[in-house]
Amino acid sequence: MAEVTIQQLADAMYDLVKSTHGKKNLKPMDVTKAMIDQFGEDSVDKALCKKALRELIDTGRCIYKYAGGSFVTLPEN
Amino acid sequence: MTETKRKTPLIDELEKGPWPSFVKEMKKEAHKPITRDAISQLERSYEEHISHWKHGGLVGVMGYGGGVIGRYSDLAAEFPGVAEFHTFRVNQPSAWFYTSDALRTLCDIWDKHGSGITNMHGSTGDIVFLGGTTEAIEPIFADLTANGWDLGGSGSNMRTPSCCVGPARCEWACYDTLNACYNITQSFQDELHRPFFPYKYKFKFAGCPNDCVASIARSDCSVIGTWKDDIQVNNAKVKDYEKQGLDLNADVCDRCPTRCMSWDGKTLAIDNSNCVKCMHCINMMPKALKPGKERGATILIGSKAPIVGGALLSSVFVPFLEMDPESEYSDLKELTEAIWELWGEHGKSRERVGEFIQRVGLSNFLEEIGLEPVPEMVMHPRTNPYIFFDDEIFEKAE
Ligand code: SF4
Ligand code: SF4
Repeated sequence: MAEVTIQQLADAMYDLVKSTHGKKNLKPMDVTKAMIDQFGEDSVDKALCKKALRELIDTGRCIYKYAGGSFVTLPEN
Repeated sequence: MTETKRKTPLIDELEKGPWPSFVKEMKKEAHKPITRDAISQLERSYEEHISHWKHGGLVGVMGYGGGVIGRYSDLAAEFPGVAEFHTFRVNQPSAWFYTSDALRTLCDIWDKHGSGITNMHGSTGDIVFLGGTTEAIEPIFADLTANGWDLGGSGSNMRTPSCCVGPARCEWACYDTLNACYNITQSFQDELHRPFFPYKYKFKFAGCPNDCVASIARSDCSVIGTWKDDIQVNNAKVKDYEKQGLDLNADVCDRCPTRCMSWDGKTLAIDNSNCVKCMHCINMMPKALKPGKERGATILIGSKAPIVGGALLSSVFVPFLEMDPESEYSDLKELTEAIWELWGEHGKSRERVGEFIQRVGLSNFLEEIGLEPVPEMVMHPRTNPYIFFDDEIFEKAE
């Protein structure tokens, strides 16, 4: 597996959420699948994506919102 | 009693009669503007036959994706006290055992920060605090965690597991429901607080087939206590029941769903191989009959209460699983992770696991999670025309 760090993955996730903000609701699994597509199955798996997502949420760069289901989004301000 | 902001003749009707009244209880807290406006808005809803709550949104504590449900009034100008009226789910202790100290702590926290209105308990099992502002969310969470409490689940994640009183108070418990519930809750903390599923996933633990927590109807994973060997019978005590007026044949044997028992006035004979563990005979004669000694649980998957589609009951996945606390329930966890992996990846948004299984087909689902099909998975095997038992086949062959 080529080395992708949690931080790199979290940054890529953040970019994805930012680029779709206001246009598309992304579920955590959508973000995960997009990362696997972007970096390749050999470099990134679900477990690593979960860690990166945790990093993203714990640092407050992204938050969860509920709109019939749970989605990852940007904080209000 | 404190005056509410406006007259409430419609909801006042709910105070009449000898039974408990939520209106009466809410009015006790009407000295708080948030509660006073909640009462007034409720009256308005009764007048107009329409809810004035909106829910969802961006509320929560840092790092968690569940536990706080955003609720707002669509009449905020008229009832500013309930402009924000969020719900907090607090993870209840296993089987809802509290000390009075613990209850006081919870009430003090809620009195300090919120409306003072609670719902003990929500249908998933959590302690529910009703009515707090966005500003109060983090302080409430800080006070809860400082006192050893945590938020429960909401959104597309594992919901707070719950269990019956089990061996703490009930002689029929076939495994330690409290221990299993606590263990699963602690092991899956990430799944409880961080939504990663297509929709909610509920666990309920019942100690025997009486299923006092209604797990078979209300949980994606129902863990129901059962036994493998023979029902324990004390014939002398069976006779006592008869002497006290119980009609053994009419009320017990004839109501056995598989007619696998008979009573000759001295001995209760049970064909245990045909017993489907319905608990009827044991419930009728608790002093005379007991579940067997080889105890464990049946794991059933897929129930849900109706929202979009109809109600589903859980189906048997594992007929018998030992529930030894020493094992840390590793088999149950392994099965759960396999299910989450598959449903998590291929489930549609807001599709419960039972609906997912219906969509992809049980055989495909079993194959993907690596579980062998077994006869116990067949619904109504005795009346299903596509199922043949060995003896029927052999009889026909003869
Ligand atoms: S489900 Fe069974 S073991 Fe649990 S409390 Fe009810 S009767 Fe007792
Ligand atoms: S538990 Fe139910 S099925 Fe089993 S013997 Fe008793 S009544 Fe019959």
